[in-house]
Amino acid sequence: MTCTTGRAWVYGDHLDTDEICPAEILLSTSDPAELARHAMAPIDPEFSTKVQPGDILVAGRNAGCGSSREQAPLALKSAGIAVVIAESFARVFYRNCITIGLPALRCPGIRAKVTNGDTLQVDVQTGRIRHLASGDALQAEALEEPALSIVLDGGLINHLLRKRGSPAAAAHGR
Amino acid sequence: MGGMTATEKILAQASGRSKVVPGEIITADIDAAMLIHVMSDITFPAFEQIATRVWDPSSVVCVVEHCIPAHNVWAAETQRRQREFAKKHGLVLYDVGRSGICHQVMMEKGHALPGTVVVGTDSDSCTYGALGSFATGIGATEMAAVLAEGQLWFRVPPSVQVILRGPLSPGVVGKDAILHVIGQLGLDGALYEGVEFSGSAVEAMSLDSRMTLTNMVEMLGAKNGIIEPDEKTISYLQERTDRPLDIVRSDSDAHWERIIEFDVSKLDPQIAAPHSPTNVMSVREAAGTRIHQAFIGGCTNGRMEDLRTAAEIFRGRKVHPDARLIVIPASQQIYAQAMDEGILRVLLKAGGTICTPSCGPCVGIDKGVLASGEVCISSTNKNYRGRMGHPDSLIYLGSAGTVAASAVNGQITDPREFLQGGA
Repeated sequence: MTCTTGRAWVYGDHLDTDEICPAEILLSTSDPAELARHAMAPIDPEFSTKVQPGDILVAGRNAGCGSSREQAPLALKSAGIAVVIAESFARVFYRNCITIGLPALRCPGIRAKVTNGDTLQVDVQTGRIRHLASGDALQAEALEEPALSIVLDGGLINHLLRKRGSPAAAAHGR
Repeated sequence: MGGMTATEKILAQASGRSKVVPGEIITADIDAAMLIHVMSDITFPAFEQIATRVWDPSSVVCVVEHCIPAHNVWAAETQRRQREFAKKHGLVLYDVGRSGICHQVMMEKGHALPGTVVVGTDSDSCTYGALGSFATGIGATEMAAVLAEGQLWFRVPPSVQVILRGPLSPGVVGKDAILHVIGQLGLDGALYEGVEFSGSAVEAMSLDSRMTLTNMVEMLGAKNGIIEPDEKTISYLQERTDRPLDIVRSDSDAHWERIIEFDVSKLDPQIAAPHSPTNVMSVREAAGTRIHQAFIGGCTNGRMEDLRTAAEIFRGRKVHPDARLIVIPASQQIYAQAMDEGILRVLLKAGGTICTPSCGPCVGIDKGVLASGEVCISSTNKNYRGRMGHPDSLIYLGSAGTVAASAVNGQITDPREFLQGGA
C-alpha cells in the first residue's frame, strides 16, 4: 500500500524550518503532539487545527531550508501530513523526512498545477501524482535506494531494525 | 577518466572506492561525529532502540553549548541526558565552562581534520570544511545510526568552484565576501552541491574569515563547503592534533558543475537585510537604519579576528545610549584569549555586555531575545523572520566590524568610518 489521497496545503519557495517549526517550540518540548500543534504557525495559524490525517504538503523551491532540526518534518508528520511534494528540497530537511518515514518527492512543475485545497492521489513508490479534479497526471522523481526502503520501512530506525532482523521491525510491515 | 574534486576524493576514500561520481549514492565511514544537547531527546532514544554500544567512542564529541548555562528545565534535562550518555559510553564531552559553540570547539580542539568525513546534528557543521574536511549537517535520528554503525549514506554532490579574486580591501572581511556571494546566487544557489572556495582573496584570508565562508554555504543550500588547506591551515592544525594530516586537493582535471568567479577586490562592506540572507546590499545602502541591539558572536563571527576588530572600533568610543551591545566569544578558549589581549575590557568599558560562549541571540531562546518592532544588527548567519524572538522583529546580518560601528552610532554604519588603515 503505497498510494495515498489527501488535500493539498500549498506554500511558496524557500519554506523554512522556522516557519514549519518555530525554534521556541523546538527548544521547549520534544513531544510530537505539541510540535504538531505549532506546525506552520508563523505563516499559517489555521494549519494545525484544519489539517486532516493524509493531507499533502506542496511547496516550491528549496523546501525546508534553514536549520537541520528533525522536529520540522516531525511536526508535519504528527499533524497528519502523509507526503511532502516540492519543486526542490533543502538537503537536511529532505534527509530528515526520509529518516522519520515521511515520503518527500521532488516534482518540478508541481506548484503551477496545484491550488490550496485540491485533492491529490500520490503513489509514493513510483512518484505518480494524480490531480483528482482535473485528472491531470504528474510524475515526481521516484525515491532512490536506500531512501525508498527507509520510507517503506517506516523510517531509518525501523529500517535498521529490519536489517538487523529484529521482530519489532517485522511487526511494522511493508 | 577525469580527475576528482577534493569533496569527491574524500567521499571515495571514505567509501572504499577508487572513484565516485556526482549523483552516486555511497555509504561513507564517518571519522568524527558532533552532537548537540538540543537533539538529546531524539538521538539517544533512537540509538537505544538499535544498539547498545557506540561504534567508536573517541570519535564522538558531545558539546554542551546551545543554551548554557541552562536557562530552563528543558535545557537542563537535555544537557543532563547528554552528559549521562557521554559518560556511559565514554564519549568526548565538553561541558559548561570548557565548551563553546560546538563548531568552534570541533575545530579548535582538533576533531575536524582535513581529508576526513565529519558530521554534526547542526546545519552549520559545514564550517569545518575551512580546514579541508568533508563536513555536513545531519538529522538527529541519522546521528543515532552513525553512533551505532559509524557509517551513513550520502549522495555524492556535484562540485561547484567559487573563485574569489582579491585581495579584499581594508575593512572588508570574509563575511562581506560570502554575503555578496549569497546575494548573487540565492538561497538555492548551490542546492545539494559541494562548494569549493579558491582564489587570491581566499588565500589572503585569515582562517577565521575562511571559517565564515564555509559556515555560510548552507545558506546557498549546499551540502558542504571546502577550502584547500595551506600553510596557515597546517600550522593551525599542528597546534591542535598529533594525528597525521591527510591533505586532499582537487585534481587539475576535476569536473566542476560550474565555476563562478567574483572580483571582490573593490567590494564594500555588505549587509543582509530582513528576512533573508540573500537580501544583500552594501552597508552604505542601509546606513542610517536605527538599531536597538547589536550582537557580535555566533559560529559565523565570534572569533578573535571579529573581537579584535570590535575592540579597535570601541577603543575610546561608547555604545550609543539608545542601543545595546551583546558580545559572545565563540568558545571558552577565545574568551580567555580576548581577556588576555585586553579586548573584553575595552568592550565592557564601552558599555557592552559579555555572555557565556554559546549560540546566544542567534537561536532566539535564552539570551538577547528581541521584542516586537526591535531591530538587531548581528554577526550571525540567519535572519529569517522570528529567528531571534518576536516575529515582528528585524535582523540585519553583517561583519563584526559593521555590527560594532553600528552599535557606536545606534544606526547601521560602515565600519570603515572608525577603522584606521583597515581592519
